[in-house]
Amino acid sequence: MSSMNQPRKPRPKFLDLAAIRLPISGYASILHRVSGAGMFLMLPLLIWLLQLSLSTTPEGVALFNGITGNVLVRLVLLGLIWAFLHHFCMGLRILLIDIHVGVEKAQARSSAMAVMVVSWVLTLVFGLKLFGAY
Amino acid sequence: MGRMVVGAHYGLKDWMAQRITAVLMAIYAVVIFVAVLCGAASSHEAWLAFMRGGLVRVISFLFILSLGYHAWVGVRDIWMDYIKQTSVRIVLHVLTLLMLIGCAGWAIQIIWRL
Repeated sequence: MSSMNQPRKPRPKFLDLAAIRLPISGYASILHRVSGAGMFLMLPLLIWLLQLSLSTTPEGVALFNGITGNVLVRLVLLGLIWAFLHHFCMGLRILLIDIHVGVEKAQARSSAMAVMVVSWVLTLVFGLKLFGAY
Repeated sequence: MGRMVVGAHYGLKDWMAQRITAVLMAIYAVVIFVAVLCGAASSHEAWLAFMRGGLVRVISFLFILSLGYHAWVGVRDIWMDYIKQTSVRIVLHVLTLLMLIGCAGWAIQIIWRL
């Protein structure tokens, strides 16, 4: 009732993107969108690489090895590996929250943190493989 | 005739489709990952033989369809959230659909003619 006596707050509301502080789950959520958009944009590259990896001619195989040997391409693939892993882990989190697992604030925060950490660690593991460390 | 006054009647259907396609793709990803760990990509010949398998071809086909639908709902939602001008949004929707249908056809053609 007290709000009726107060003057109207200025609209629009506080929307200074540079100053807004999101909770960790907010960042995980936005990165879910960013990673999805990135994979969508790179879809033609991935299908092309699939095609080359399955080619039955020596030229096709050589082209596949040449392209995947390029450092820039490998960096793009590293980004896509992170995008996939983040999207995958965050997707599992969304599905769990859908069935009411981890809805509480503390759990939701730690699961968002877990999504970030697990996807970065797995990106490191797959990235080292991609760059031939093992 | 039932007339839809609001435009959000597809919400629950898309929400459900997004979950179902996500689960299918997650299972596929794990299956392929385990297969690669077991040597499905240890050589070019092994990779070809693996991807030529009848069951692998069918689940890859289902994966491509799931990915196409999942990406359509996701990317469409991004346009709906950020692009306010209707004409621009419709053009982006059409381009997204064309790209996804084209990619799906291309990918299916790759696995099916192996």
